[in-house]
Amino acid sequence: MVGIVIVSHSWKIAEGVCDLAHEMAQGHEGIIPAGGLDDGSTGTDTQRIADAIVEADSGEGVVILADIGSAIMSAEAAIELLEDEGREINAVIADAPIVEGAVCAAVEAAGGGSVDSVLSCAEESREANKL
Amino acid sequence: MRGVYECVSLIAERITENKDFLTELDREIGDSDHGINMARGFSAVMEKLSPEDTDIGAALKKAGMTLLSKVGGASGPLYGTAYMEAGKITAGKTELTPSDMKAIFSAAIAGIQKRGHAVKGEKTMLDALIPASEAFTAEIDGGADMSKALDAACVAAREGVEYTKTIIATKGRASYLGERSIGHQDPGATSTLITLEAICDYYKGA
Repeated sequence: MVGIVIVSHSWKIAEGVCDLAHEMAQGHEGIIPAGGLDDGSTGTDTQRIADAIVEADSGEGVVILADIGSAIMSAEAAIELLEDEGREINAVIADAPIVEGAVCAAVEAAGGGSVDSVLSCAEESREANKL
Repeated sequence: MRGVYECVSLIAERITENKDFLTELDREIGDSDHGINMARGFSAVMEKLSPEDTDIGAALKKAGMTLLSKVGGASGPLYGTAYMEAGKITAGKTELTPSDMKAIFSAAIAGIQKRGHAVKGEKTMLDALIPASEAFTAEIDGGADMSKALDAACVAAREGVEYTKTIIATKGRASYLGERSIGHQDPGATSTLITLEAICDYYKGA
């Protein structure tokens, strides 16, 4: 299954979004949180994200959802770090809200979707009306 | 012997001394964490580096990797990438020529631009770094020595920081403030100036 990494400044947000996504994709073991810093502060940690991408990948690629500010830059740096290490992981960042995007992505990934289709599902969630 | 470890130590010391100042600048137009984040990052860098780290490239990469992980805010991937890119082009070196230093400026700018997609004039660290690089290169190309060129770089960076007071932020958290960001100097440009002044002082003390 395509892996999913949730990047947030907050560990609690990252973990909570993964919990929600898991409810829609039970049995998917590649939905991995990458939130906060080692010392418990809020922030994004490129190494932690890179480790999460490796953990999430089963060989079919990884879709990353990230929250605000430095989260996207840190996720991009993590992808480059893995490339520099010579790892061949097809990791892409979704331009999507993390909660809605993660739920949509998880459903598609659990259904056997490809990286491209998981990415599109995550990004389509931007357009979903709530009211 | 003095080398990259001592230079990065001086940068770390100056960043730590200016922690509250940088955070105060960031409180005015950002999310009040620049000094705290940078000080945390550089304190972690100093835990990772030792005086045995004499290979400039290896030391800068190690510093960059640590900043990527420990800073937490946007300055982490930006400075982290700058140090990593500077490390790539100085691998195996224990001393720097003026042309190495020119290449470090270019690599750091390219790294920050790759990560932040910013150009000059957007109230970012580039508004200090790009003029500093241009001034350094002009001095070296005109026959000046390293010390004079570094002085010129610091003057240009300081002018760059002043310039950030006059412009609207279009990148990062400060961009939410729009015109209200005018009048405030950019915290990232300021930490870049502090870094350059530390490098300059390190060089002159050598």
